[in-house]
Amino acid sequence: MHNFNLSKITAALGLAGILALPSLAQAREVSLTTQMSSYGGNEAYLAFYLTDAEGQYQSTLWVAGKKAKYYKHLRDWARGSGLNASAFDGVTGASVGSGDSLTVKVELADALIDAGYQIRIDSAVENKRDNRAEVTVPLTRQGSGAATSGTGYIDSFTYDL
Amino acid sequence: MLRQLHSLPGLIAALLVMLLAISGAILSINPALERLDARVPAAGQLNVAELAGRVRQHYPGAEQLQRTPSGSLIVYYSQADQTGADRIDPLTGQRLAAYEPSAFSSWVKDLHRSLLLGSSGRAIAGIAALLMLLLTFSGAALLAKRLGGWGKLLRPLRGNFNQRWHAEVGRCALLGLLLSALSGAYMSAANFGFIDDGMQNEPDFPAQVASGAPAPVASLAALRATDLNDLRELVFPNPSDPQDVYSLRTAQGDGYVDPVSGELLSFRGHDNSRNLYELIYQLHTGEGLWWLGLVLGVSALSVPLMSVTGSLIWWKRRQSRPKIAHNSPAQSADTVILVGSEGNSTWGFAQTLHAALSKAGHRVHSAPMNQLAGEYPQAERLLVLTATHGDGDAPASASAFLERLSRLKLKPGQRFAVLGFGDRQFPQFCQFAKDTHAALLAHGGQPLLALDCIDRQSSQEFSRWGHALGQLLGQPLSLVHSVKRPPSQRLQLVERVNYGTEVQAPTCVLRFQAAAPVGLIARLKRRLGGTSLADFEAGDLLAVTPPGSLQPRFYSLASGASDGVLEICVRQHAHGRCSNFLHELPLGACIEAVIQLNPDFRPASGKAPVILIGAGTGIGPLAGFIRNNHGKHPMHLYWGGRNPASDFLYEPQLKDYLADQRLTQLHAAFSRVNDCSYVQDRIIADALQLRRLIEKGAQILVCGGRDMAKNVMQAIDEVLLPLNLSVLTLKAQGRYREDVY
Repeated sequence: MHNFNLSKITAALGLAGILALPSLAQAREVSLTTQMSSYGGNEAYLAFYLTDAEGQYQSTLWVAGKKAKYYKHLRDWARGSGLNASAFDGVTGASVGSGDSLTVKVELADALIDAGYQIRIDSAVENKRDNRAEVTVPLTRQGSGAATSGTGYIDSFTYDL
Repeated sequence: MLRQLHSLPGLIAALLVMLLAISGAILSINPALERLDARVPAAGQLNVAELAGRVRQHYPGAEQLQRTPSGSLIVYYSQADQTGADRIDPLTGQRLAAYEPSAFSSWVKDLHRSLLLGSSGRAIAGIAALLMLLLTFSGAALLAKRLGGWGKLLRPLRGNFNQRWHAEVGRCALLGLLLSALSGAYMSAANFGFIDDGMQNEPDFPAQVASGAPAPVASLAALRATDLNDLRELVFPNPSDPQDVYSLRTAQGDGYVDPVSGELLSFRGHDNSRNLYELIYQLHTGEGLWWLGLVLGVSALSVPLMSVTGSLIWWKRRQSRPKIAHNSPAQSADTVILVGSEGNSTWGFAQTLHAALSKAGHRVHSAPMNQLAGEYPQAERLLVLTATHGDGDAPASASAFLERLSRLKLKPGQRFAVLGFGDRQFPQFCQFAKDTHAALLAHGGQPLLALDCIDRQSSQEFSRWGHALGQLLGQPLSLVHSVKRPPSQRLQLVERVNYGTEVQAPTCVLRFQAAAPVGLIARLKRRLGGTSLADFEAGDLLAVTPPGSLQPRFYSLASGASDGVLEICVRQHAHGRCSNFLHELPLGACIEAVIQLNPDFRPASGKAPVILIGAGTGIGPLAGFIRNNHGKHPMHLYWGGRNPASDFLYEPQLKDYLADQRLTQLHAAFSRVNDCSYVQDRIIADALQLRRLIEKGAQILVCGGRDMAKNVMQAIDEVLLPLNLSVLTLKAQGRYREDVY
């Protein structure tokens, strides 16, 4: 069981300019809970990121896995973020083992909810397949607390607004 | 110092390094197994575009194509909502089997890399690699020192079972272990970011791609230009993203391929640090170099053996180290006792002397002669107690003494006394003590007492010497030392073969077995498989003390423990108390005897020929060596007797050994026949062949009486003359050894 409390760095900071968000006061803490399946293998690297409805990368929420040299295997996220260190500085933690679960808390601007954005997760495990967007889930108030299953190493993913 | 540098990390790391070595050895098989499965096309036969086109035909949902270092091709695909991975045929792009990496292999790999402990385990494994490196270097240096220099690392080895196996296996595996440890340490350093592995050097995503309909993968120019054998990985573009591109990794570098134009975009070649990392990775894992993997695996298997034998050697040395109570530091001692000992018996005397002087109020420092210090600021007297080894040589703990003395010098006028220990039966009685006395004199020392020698561990003589020393010190010194005898074994005579009565040389071969154990516990122990005979090999000595005598006689053993019997060869002498006792011993009767190891007198390991020379009962251990020559290395026996009809010892056995090639050639000389000749005559007559054998690195083992040994040495010197060699040089190389009585 991994549990990370994100310091008050908001993942929405990158969007502030584009979306002209009112202020951080209207941000909230969102917890992302991921239950890994028993895929049997080394620890998985996961990238949690936000895209628009077309799947265009917007910002990084969390990266599980500390070695940047393996980030290229988180393919869509790597392409979207361009692997610029500024995209994932301060939002990384340990990789997640088979069958383990991970809960992280991230700060998200209210304006992003019910606005057509999606949370996506890319995953990779050494000597196993790389999964692009094995989870794709719209970021809505209604979807809060509902579990989505992944197509790769993730058994289920839930966000709680 | 060097030894501590070897044994300390060795003991700490033994278990850890064993774990890494065994898991590494298991992993080493993988590249070879994978290679057996892989079909590798010739260079230039197939390019990546052709293969990708064929793969697309069979796998419309192909996402990723990987080529393993051994040449297997794996495709990752998704179909409807299912995902999968298959191994495919590189020539057709068709499925061979589902790709399922072995869970066992990846578990072993995890064990090898991180002891299943994650990041901290990786650090431990990295430290173990460094320890292994230290062990390999210090071990090689120790071995080189023991064999007389780096150029002589391949010389024959001496020592007991553990020592020989430790060194022999160690030098065979040296290069493999060095490579594994060095590359392992490098990879660990790269993993923790201490060394740049060039992996961060990623190409940038292309900002612009050509617009239009994607071209078929088989037509893309950049892929057509890449040979299949250079491929590492090809990732197909995300079908839902029209802006996405192929990403291509090859042996040379990484880049992207435009799906419309087929152009290679933002390619970045591997830099030197990346190439170095990949080379070292390959050398460590054997991936793509299956034969190297197997070589490294086999040398890794030596590690458990080395750990066990190494720990045993350390333990034995520790057990036999003399324990001195109240040993004062060298700096503050008024009396320094230096000890030259081969088998630790001289240490027993030193302990008694140390205790008596300490009791008399002196500050006493005892040390091996090899630890002679440059300065003993407070020392009023230096007392040297030393045995002599072999033919007047220094015993083990004094081997470097004379050289050290001439380097470190002596305080001018330093008072000293030397006490030698030896056996008057030997011509070089206390020779090393005499040499030491002379050297101390030559370096300006002042003798406190004349050189004195103790014959056969006589407690009486020792106590007399103590008395003389006490008078000098002005205080009575009572040295009461009782020599501890090693535990004896009870042996029962089970067989006797007589020879030589007709030629006035009555000789018999006697075979003993451990006598039936007395008492319940001893019997139980035997039942449980505890060998009732101690461990010994042919060439070791059996000390037999005849009834009514205190003085043991030594016989060379003609058998090893593995033969299940203890065999000696005894010539009857008219007034020989012990030989008469043994000759008259009835079958079934028992004797008490002590086995003394004689590890120097053994054939060296390795394939070099062995020349065995003996006369009379000297054949005993030589026959034992031949009997155990299961490897059928060349062995040539020169032996002298009196008359083949009467005292041809071991004749039937030698014929068997010749027939099954344990013995290569037998040259027997007989002195009481018409065509009389001695063993040295046979040697001279065979000079040509002997020279050829010696040029091949042959080792000579001589066993027999003192006169014969002298004649043989002269004859061999004559044989060696044209080679510009002498027995002395061979002796220094450990290639000429004698067991003389």
